[in-house]
Amino acid sequence: MMKIKAEAQERHVLTIMVDNEAGILAKIAGLFTARGYNIDSLTVADITDEHDVSRITIVTHGPPAVIDQIHAQLERLVPVHKVTDLTEVGPYVARELALIKVAGKDENRVEALRLAEVFRAKVVDTTTSSFIFELTGAPDKIDTFVALMKELGLVEVGRTGIVGMIRGAQAA
Amino acid sequence: MVVKSERSGAEILVESLVAKGVEFVFGYPGGAVLPIYDALFGDERIRHILVRHEAGAAHAAEGYARATGKPGVVLVTSGPGATNAVTGIADAFLDSIPLVVITGQVPTALIGSDAFQEADTVGITRHCTKHNYLVKDPSQLASVIDEAFRIATEGRPGPVVVDIPKDVQIASTRWTGHAPQTRNRYSPQVEAPADAVAEAVAMLAAARAPVFYTGGGVINSGPEAARLLQELQALTGAPVTSTLMGLGAFPAAHKDWLGMLGMHGTYESNMAMNRADLIVCVGARFDDRVTGRLDAFSPDSRKIHIDIDRASINKTVRVDLPLVGDCGQVLRQIITGWLDAGHKAQDLTEWRARIDGWRARNSLAYPKPTTGEIMPQLAIERLYELTKDREPIISTEVGQHQMWAAQHFHFDAPNKWLTSGGLGTMGYGLPAAIGAQVGCPDALVIDIAGDASIQMNIQELGTATQFRLPVKVFILNNEWMGMVRQWQELTYESRYSSSYSDALPDFVKLAEAYGWKGIQIDTLDQLDDGIRAMIDYPGPVIVDCRVTKEANCFPMIPSGAAHTDMLLYGDEVAGTMDDEAKALV
Repeated sequence: MMKIKAEAQERHVLTIMVDNEAGILAKIAGLFTARGYNIDSLTVADITDEHDVSRITIVTHGPPAVIDQIHAQLERLVPVHKVTDLTEVGPYVARELALIKVAGKDENRVEALRLAEVFRAKVVDTTTSSFIFELTGAPDKIDTFVALMKELGLVEVGRTGIVGMIRGAQAA
Repeated sequence: MVVKSERSGAEILVESLVAKGVEFVFGYPGGAVLPIYDALFGDERIRHILVRHEAGAAHAAEGYARATGKPGVVLVTSGPGATNAVTGIADAFLDSIPLVVITGQVPTALIGSDAFQEADTVGITRHCTKHNYLVKDPSQLASVIDEAFRIATEGRPGPVVVDIPKDVQIASTRWTGHAPQTRNRYSPQVEAPADAVAEAVAMLAAARAPVFYTGGGVINSGPEAARLLQELQALTGAPVTSTLMGLGAFPAAHKDWLGMLGMHGTYESNMAMNRADLIVCVGARFDDRVTGRLDAFSPDSRKIHIDIDRASINKTVRVDLPLVGDCGQVLRQIITGWLDAGHKAQDLTEWRARIDGWRARNSLAYPKPTTGEIMPQLAIERLYELTKDREPIISTEVGQHQMWAAQHFHFDAPNKWLTSGGLGTMGYGLPAAIGAQVGCPDALVIDIAGDASIQMNIQELGTATQFRLPVKVFILNNEWMGMVRQWQELTYESRYSSSYSDALPDFVKLAEAYGWKGIQIDTLDQLDDGIRAMIDYPGPVIVDCRVTKEANCFPMIPSGAAHTDMLLYGDEVAGTMDDEAKALV
């Protein structure tokens, strides 16, 4: 009987500078689906005064040869100016923003607020029985905080996905 | 001359096409392109070739592009016009053929409303085009067309779709007589870095068993690249094999020509690839039809890969030295490097002797029946012998006849061989031949077809009639979808599921119905006369050549096997295959 085999995977963070034109996001997201690549997270926003260039950060995983293909295939798209594999050129900073809603009373509520202080999360909304925390940081910090909140009445989580940038004075 | 005035989008489109040197447009009118058709009406500068189905338009434009080296232009309406053209667009994408496809679209205000003949053309073609546009303002049209042609033709060529809503075709805008200057955002690397070239030269000079493995990139680079390939080959003495798409870039008459490689390639080319110590891949992409089983592909060689598309490097086979650049440019750089270094060709006597040993297996041999039946391979051989002096342009459909043509018809120059390699599109050959004949009116253009494939775009017979194009269709009629039947015989214990060509038309009567000449060849003694009659007739001809019904195409690397495991004629062929092999295409 035939079985499907799996290969060893690596996780990479890519930043992509693109012309801010109609359909570019569909083109990039579609490239990943059409060629069977993975998207763990994707963020996009325009970053120039003229609103003509967008910066996309994609977190992906795959075998090294596939990561190299992803890089090359992205660069081949006409509206793509530049692709940087932060994991390859590193070290880099990766940050993510999360909104975390927690509901509870008494001890749980106090403990949630105390942990939020430890994690330097901001309270951006509150009722007598709930908080929304805003937390910025590396993804694993957010993972840890969310895990702790599960015990204290976690209602829902929203995350932006990673924005990444190379350390040091140079642009990527 | 600067003409300052208001012009409609449709008029600006036509002016922009003329400015790009477009002489022919292959198309089919419809509601959403009526303004463009009106702008073309009576315009002497562009000749519109009316096809019978939009797939035919795209394939005809491909054939035109492949035969002339110029981009093919397609004009179709919205919705079904565009979706019908998609197969040809996808075909051009996989075979790197430069096309600019203009599609009409419903008016901008109706986009997204499920309007009559609306389809999301830009969405549908996103992943089978090199780039595509939805033009929402007539003032952008000229620069979009300008960029579309550059993208289609520069770097690795490919299809570009320009989708134009009907209101944008009608609305007017200021027109100065030329496209406004825009930022050039597409400039592919054409020259390889000098240090990499020097390393390539050193590797070539040291190789004792080198092979040039060339592909469609050499053809796309232009006739000069084919000449430079011969020049570098002469300096090094290395034998040459080619992919299906690259046939003609190196003369088949040359003593160092190994023939095509891969699944239906020659034994000597595949063995040479397997035993080589250096492979120089020039404009090919290590396609699965070429490599066979990847872990057994050319295990002991170092590999140089010249390709203008960085994404083709290390896609399936890891190479030792990538040279990203235009084939012609990089070949010239290597030649210059070789001459500057004062290298002499290695003594390849031993390597040649090994190759001669493999060649002696005569892998293209086939049985010769004594019954008067025509073997399909023999039909191709005779077609070649009787037409070669005319340097014909050959197109094919897809299947056994295509492989037999690749094996037994020999090409000594580029741009003479038009075939659907990557996508493998049945129905490509007839419209491609029509496009080639439009671009090369004095050439002898022959579509070598199968009885099944020819029916996939048979309606284009009318196009040839209308435009008085003397194309020839040579059908190897074995009453089967031969390649499907062959695979069913080899891997599914001869369970011939739906592969018999039942209810075939009378091709001679069909030809006559369209105003063509029809010729039927039944026996060996009619073969040469039939071919001569086809050549001598000044108009279009269908030849229905009845061949041996159950001939198989050999040699063959079975699915999932290595180059060294080729099946030759007369080999014992098993009727089953394990699931791992069956799962490969």
